[in-house]
Amino acid sequence: MTVIVTEDDFDLSDLYAKLRTPDLPPSPGAVTVFVGLVREMNNDRPITSMTLEHYPGMTEKKLEAIRDQAMHRWPLTGVIIVHRVGKLGPNDQIVAVGAASAHRQASFDAANFIMDFLKTEAPFWKSENTSDGANWVSARETDNKAKRRW
Amino acid sequence: MNIRYFAWLREHTGVSSETLTYDPRWTSVADLVADLKTKSDGHAKALADMTLVRIAINYDYVDIDHKLSDGDEVAFFPPVTGG
Repeated sequence: MTVIVTEDDFDLSDLYAKLRTPDLPPSPGAVTVFVGLVREMNNDRPITSMTLEHYPGMTEKKLEAIRDQAMHRWPLTGVIIVHRVGKLGPNDQIVAVGAASAHRQASFDAANFIMDFLKTEAPFWKSENTSDGANWVSARETDNKAKRRW
Repeated sequence: MNIRYFAWLREHTGVSSETLTYDPRWTSVADLVADLKTKSDGHAKALADMTLVRIAINYDYVDIDHKLSDGDEVAFFPPVTGG
């Protein structure tokens, strides 16, 4: 039931190994892992790097609350949320969300739910660096819409 | 009380945090914001349009009419863009 905010990169096989070993019974029959990457282009402009800022303390509290909501809603055997902060380059890994359950639908849905809530509630901010300078990324209404379906 | 700013609000105010003595006349976040806006042009710019700003007190999201207590940590930041 891990929540990690870190400057360090993560290895998907480590996260998967953790999810295969249940934190709660029964043994899992399904594991879903989502990974978000830094895009190489945004609005047709190449991104040279991205800086992720967050609100230490509140970030962990919000991510743990989202994890707890997911565990309350689906019979999960394990959950992992890893989010990176600091300076990242194109194609770098930003976020991983994993959910394990006895059956696939709960693991798919829980991972999807956690990402939708993370995008709209966890206090992270992206600044994209392009050849034109640095720009704070704007929040998207489609992300709010995605959250409301739950 | 501790006031925190993130992302472009931090850039406009020029500080990531500042400590203020609680004023009992502040009945809500809106009263605090009105006083913060007088601190500098940067503060005024950061807090000019509060529809663009999200507010958290002690790590929980609140509305601008939420009441304040001495010792609260109040954070101002743009809508979040993680993930």
